[in-house]
Amino acid sequence: MVGMRSAAPPGAKPGQSYWKRLMVCIGANKSLYLMIVPVLLFYLIFSYVPMYGVIIAFKNFQPGLGIMGSPWVGMQNFLDFFQGPYFVRILKNTLVISITSIVFGFPAPILLALLLNEVRSRKFKRLVQTVTYMPHFISLVVVCGMILQFCSSTGVITNLLHTLFGFPEKNLMGDPQNFVPVYVLSGIWQEVGWGSIVYLSAMTGINSELYEAADIDGANRFHKVWSITLPGILPTIMIMLILRLGNVMSVGFEKIILLYNPAIYSTADVISSYTYRKGLLEFNWSYSTAVGLFNSVVNYVFLFSSNWLSRKINDTSLW
Amino acid sequence: MKIKEFPGSRVFNICNIALLSLLSLVTFYPMYYVLLASISVPSRFVVHRGPLLLPKGLSLASYRAVIGNPNISVGYVNTIIVVIVATALSLVLTSMGAYFLSRKDIMLKKGIMMLIVFTMFFNGGLIPFYLTVTGLRLDRSLLALILPVAINTFNLIIMRTAFLSIPASLEESAKIDGAGHFTILFRIVLPLSMSTVAVIILFYAVQNWNAWFNAMIFLRDRSLYPLQLVLREILVVNDTNSMVAQVGNDMGDTRMVSETIKYAVILVATVPILVLYPFLQKYFVKGMMVGAVKE
Repeated sequence: MVGMRSAAPPGAKPGQSYWKRLMVCIGANKSLYLMIVPVLLFYLIFSYVPMYGVIIAFKNFQPGLGIMGSPWVGMQNFLDFFQGPYFVRILKNTLVISITSIVFGFPAPILLALLLNEVRSRKFKRLVQTVTYMPHFISLVVVCGMILQFCSSTGVITNLLHTLFGFPEKNLMGDPQNFVPVYVLSGIWQEVGWGSIVYLSAMTGINSELYEAADIDGANRFHKVWSITLPGILPTIMIMLILRLGNVMSVGFEKIILLYNPAIYSTADVISSYTYRKGLLEFNWSYSTAVGLFNSVVNYVFLFSSNWLSRKINDTSLW
Repeated sequence: MKIKEFPGSRVFNICNIALLSLLSLVTFYPMYYVLLASISVPSRFVVHRGPLLLPKGLSLASYRAVIGNPNISVGYVNTIIVVIVATALSLVLTSMGAYFLSRKDIMLKKGIMMLIVFTMFFNGGLIPFYLTVTGLRLDRSLLALILPVAINTFNLIIMRTAFLSIPASLEESAKIDGAGHFTILFRIVLPLSMSTVAVIILFYAVQNWNAWFNAMIFLRDRSLYPLQLVLREILVVNDTNSMVAQVGNDMGDTRMVSETIKYAVILVATVPILVLYPFLQKYFVKGMMVGAVKE
């Protein structure tokens, strides 16, 4: 056994050059390296080639000329975007939708996980889980189709709001001020159960002796949740929060373009949906890429700063 | 030793169960409503306003319209082809990648891992992705729905974590017996990680079943449309004309059926996934332990 998995690659001698050692390692594990080739090709073609394609943000891309042949325009596309009529609107909409989603959507699965963890009956717990995970598996097209049906002028939600609160019996999705609540609430419906899994999974890692010790000390259930369960899942909460904050500027376009219509662009149009329209419907390739790149850059600023902040505050970080 | 229950504990239990029951009801009701609407008599459903507890009569007219519609059946076939081919390909690629990344003492491993994780945070964006796929002439065929999404990095990391937890001694003995890496992966490592494999298959199958955006931007030929794209036309773009024509004459009022058809379509497209997942539910919490990316 010894030697087959020794510290250095099999057959390597100290002092050999890096390339020589690499060749020896590949030679000894040919089939293993063969496995990674298609995986690398996938990432190369579908992730790294598009990354290279980002340079068209600084060009005036024309399909006939190709990426290399298209003329450089420097920061012109970015300037057009910043000075254009929609910059403030879509930036504001993106932030409003994203921050509302975080404020209401982030704590929801944590709360659900804490409540589920206090349930004594395994059967009841499983039932709640089965039901609340379900919407996660329903396709976005169907979810948005349901929302549009329910919120139409004759829909069941419109009718409920009419009888309960006196809302007008008009299509809810035709009124700009309804878009954010509908988007955020339906998002919670879709993901609250699924989102709780990661916290439930973190709770299974908490040492049960802590709870037994707390019992002996006479702690009640609220104390135990507050001083054992919550601190136990805090690292997971922080990691999820960093990831979420790193995406504060990215509101996915799929749900937006399925739900919105020109009448409510004033609150519903976000950076990504604007990128989609400009690029794939109006063929402003370079301009659209520039808008998307701007969006990513802001995301990195948020990701790095929230990661840095979290490391400073409680020693949890992504890297 | 019996620990004394605090008096507040009982009250809390009752409130907790009530709260969770309410949440479950609110979550479940929209799906229940879809079921009721789809089996209601179209003419009675259309004039009804507000929530339903029971269907408005019983009728399969909506389902007859859905099943008789050629777009739906073609979409179903396309989706099933994509789901089977794509899920199989994804599983093979993902397990090969995860196997490589879970070996010890392999050169280039760290670099490749970084290369892969980097793509979780950085991507070229929509237009460069679109230009890459069209540049490869993958658009206008079902390959455009399969190859660009063949590996999900999140799934790759879940699988790698599962492979790392397999004791090395099992593989060592196979190695001594002269087994190669492919044999070890497919005969030993994969069978030992069955619960994770089940979850990953479910994730890929759901991802492919539910995907619609790539189909919308890459496909031109209607005969290749997957189910979700057909659904989008019916539910979002609001085009039920082709279907209503089918039942129009014998049902009297065509407008009435077009309402309930939408609900029947939702059910037909969603039930296959919803009946599948509860069987795998018990693996979720265990299978989702992603583990640290860094070592």
